[in-house]
Amino acid sequence: MLEALNIGVTLGGRNILHDVHFSARPGELTVIAGPNGSGKSTLLKAMTGEIACSGHITLNGHDIRTTKPWKLAAQRGVLPQHTPLAFPFTVAEVVRMGLRRSTELSGAALIPQALARVGLPGYEGRLYQDLSGGEQQRTQLARVLAQVWTPKDDDGPRWLFLDEPVSSLDIAHQLQVMQIARDYADAGGGVVAVMHDLNLTALYADQMTLISKGRVHATGTPAQVMQDGILSSAYDCALRVNAAPTGATFLLPHAALGLAAE
Amino acid sequence: MSLADTSPLQAGDRSGLARQVRLGLITLLIVISLSSLTLGASGVSLWRGLEAMLAGDALPMRDRIVLLDIRLPRLLMGLLVGASLAVSGAVLQGLFRNPLADPGLVGVSAGAGLGAIVAIVLGGVLPPAIAGFLGYALVPVAAFFGGWAAVVILYFIATRSGRTSVATMLLAGIALAAMTGALSGIFVYLADDSQLRDLTFWGLGSLAGATWTKLFAAAPLMLVALLTAPLLARGLNALALGEAAAAHMGLPVQRVKTAAILIVAAAVGAATAVSGGIGFVGIVVPHLLRLLSGPDHRYLLINSALLGASLLVGADMISRTLIAPAELPIGIVTATLGGPFFLWILLRRRGVLEV
Repeated sequence: MLEALNIGVTLGGRNILHDVHFSARPGELTVIAGPNGSGKSTLLKAMTGEIACSGHITLNGHDIRTTKPWKLAAQRGVLPQHTPLAFPFTVAEVVRMGLRRSTELSGAALIPQALARVGLPGYEGRLYQDLSGGEQQRTQLARVLAQVWTPKDDDGPRWLFLDEPVSSLDIAHQLQVMQIARDYADAGGGVVAVMHDLNLTALYADQMTLISKGRVHATGTPAQVMQDGILSSAYDCALRVNAAPTGATFLLPHAALGLAAE
Repeated sequence: MSLADTSPLQAGDRSGLARQVRLGLITLLIVISLSSLTLGASGVSLWRGLEAMLAGDALPMRDRIVLLDIRLPRLLMGLLVGASLAVSGAVLQGLFRNPLADPGLVGVSAGAGLGAIVAIVLGGVLPPAIAGFLGYALVPVAAFFGGWAAVVILYFIATRSGRTSVATMLLAGIALAAMTGALSGIFVYLADDSQLRDLTFWGLGSLAGATWTKLFAAAPLMLVALLTAPLLARGLNALALGEAAAAHMGLPVQRVKTAAILIVAAAVGAATAVSGGIGFVGIVVPHLLRLLSGPDHRYLLINSALLGASLLVGADMISRTLIAPAELPIGIVTATLGGPFFLWILLRRRGVLEV
């Protein structure tokens, strides 16, 4: 269980988040969505301990502020939005960095497995800097997966925190990465992802929290949150939720058609 | 570019290659060290000494002094200074995530230089009791404290609420180097002709003053730094992904940064104190090794120590035999040989260096 209570973040004298409550359960894929600058990435960073915040955050029942860094690293992996890399490491060397000291020797076999999982089989010997942006992003996902490979064991569930994991991927790889997140949750792990794409959210998420102007705008299942009025007011833009013939939800930007929200 | 063919163990894993490089460097170090003991202006040979010892003959006094009291401490000093400079370069480059970082950047070299200049110019003004007590150690001691003072100042400037900003440290280092440069300039202006000569030679670097006394004073700091640096290897690897990612992977980031800065201050402070300003080793050695066997710090740090030691002892050999019985300052040798070599590598392997 991930629980964040009364989260407030002030950066550079500006209040980014006010009194936000957020929770996620293992076995579920929970999406944080919202407009640019709404504070959704900030919320994720607060919950991974990257930035200071007021309030109280517990992961698997432990306060993350008092948990040792290496213990936290054994419980959750974090995929940042952008990961710069200094020095010409190979793909295999980057993925190996995710292995913890205790698993480094036995876990060497994980490297090709993790790379195959993200659709980069045989990339071990390539130099990271020679890869495309999308390939780099998936290499980083492989590193994070290697860190918390088993979604759940006797130590409890493990967690993936993903900050816009599909932002530089083509549509096929977007689906592949979302499926990895889905499978991780289905195997008993917890997944929290910051997403821009509401259609993918509708297809893959169990729960979603919509953040707007630093506050929780709505929270619930995608079906509960993705309503014309809720989305249009959160994004300040006329949006229309539709159902495809298969029953899947999809979003139509009415604003682009010159139509107002209903 | 595929590196898959470099290691038979696992694709993309250059550990095997790095271990081979390490073996080669150990061999090189042994060969260079033995040559350094046997080559010199006096014509005394290590082999002749060993022959005499094996035959049970007493070694002539002159040979003993040359081998044991002149060449051996100088060799050991060269090994330690070379290893310290190269490892410090590798640690700083890892910490700053920049292949161009150099001990000069964190102010150690500038601070040590200022300390040395002050000692040379004002040494005569000290009360005879203090000057007599410190004797020839005055310049190295001043250099060491100058270097440490610079690092401590920079560290406090760059640390806010327990977090050290690497970028601030880099920028403040440039400002501090400018200020110490100006102060040094004032002392250079005040110096008389013989002091100016001392200053110039100190700046060019030399191992000529190496004695057992100096070695015993400086070696512990350099040894501690060299032995603890490899403990930072995993941390520096993780820092290549940025501080946030390193923390997410469980690394105590602030502790690694503090340890790295302490190690560099100890190693470079002590090395500069006993050998003067020897540039170039700290930046070139890690570069070369990254090209050879990749940037993994688990191997890079140790290999840097080995190559740095060999390089400096080799350069010292050239410096004391080229115009024997006179000596060239070692900084001239490292720059004359290393500069063009480095440029050649840059031009040949341009693609690999772009980060």
